[in-house]
Amino acid sequence: MITLGDYLIVSGILFAIGFAGVMLRRNLIVILMSLELMLNAANLSLVAFSRFRVGADGLPDYRAQVFVFFVIAVAAAEVAVGLALLVALYRARQTTDVKDISSLRF
Amino acid sequence: MSPFLFWIFAVLTVVFGAAVVLNRNPVASALSLVVSFLGLSALFMSLDAFFVGIIQVLVYAGAVMVLFLFIIMLLDLRAEERRRINFLATAGGIGVALILLIQICVVISHLRAARQTFPPLATSTTDDVWNIGRLLFSSYNLPFQIIGVLVLVATVGVVLLSRREPR
Repeated sequence: MITLGDYLIVSGILFAIGFAGVMLRRNLIVILMSLELMLNAANLSLVAFSRFRVGADGLPDYRAQVFVFFVIAVAAAEVAVGLALLVALYRARQTTDVKDISSLRF
Repeated sequence: MSPFLFWIFAVLTVVFGAAVVLNRNPVASALSLVVSFLGLSALFMSLDAFFVGIIQVLVYAGAVMVLFLFIIMLLDLRAEERRRINFLATAGGIGVALILLIQICVVISHLRAARQTFPPLATSTTDDVWNIGRLLFSSYNLPFQIIGVLVLVATVGVVLLSRREPR
């Protein structure tokens, strides 16, 4: 049988992959995609906990799913703003490589 | 849901998630991300969260992916040219991610609830959307309105950011 731990492990692996993407890749678009991966890994464990915590009425805990709904809405807004920033940056510098954008670096 | 289907979709999600990071071409990364999100939405549906699964397909595989592909097309990004790889930085990045993964696994292995299977659900007369919608418009009405304002601000901000400066 599938346990809660299986879902949590899958979620953890997905989060680690997204984290590795943010750490390793230099292309800003791929970094944004890895951020999405991390947000979705968190969503998976939220939904798993929601299904695990069945209330007295025999229904899953819908509060976690409402939170997932909020996370998805904020993530969509974040992607839109991030990509707009990327376009503005590309207009100014003609690059999406994080190595070339280091004027604020200490 | 049978364990067989769970493992198929879990492996699909993880493999294509890894493909997002490993692909050099951003278009291939974006398409891998779509497949990964479709697998993830199947996992949501296996947890009886049909509304979240559908939203996942609509928002991510639909809207966000089109946005990513559109920007890649607009900027005419090519595959990253092979630069000299800084082996120390790469090994450090992989190492930190591995340490994080090991920590997550250790925490899960110490969690007693993680070894239990999911309790059965009662057959409900109301569906997912009704239940979530009722919560959203009663207990979580204020956060819901704030999300609306946030999306409006994001829209205005995106238009402002992507407008060409008048010279």
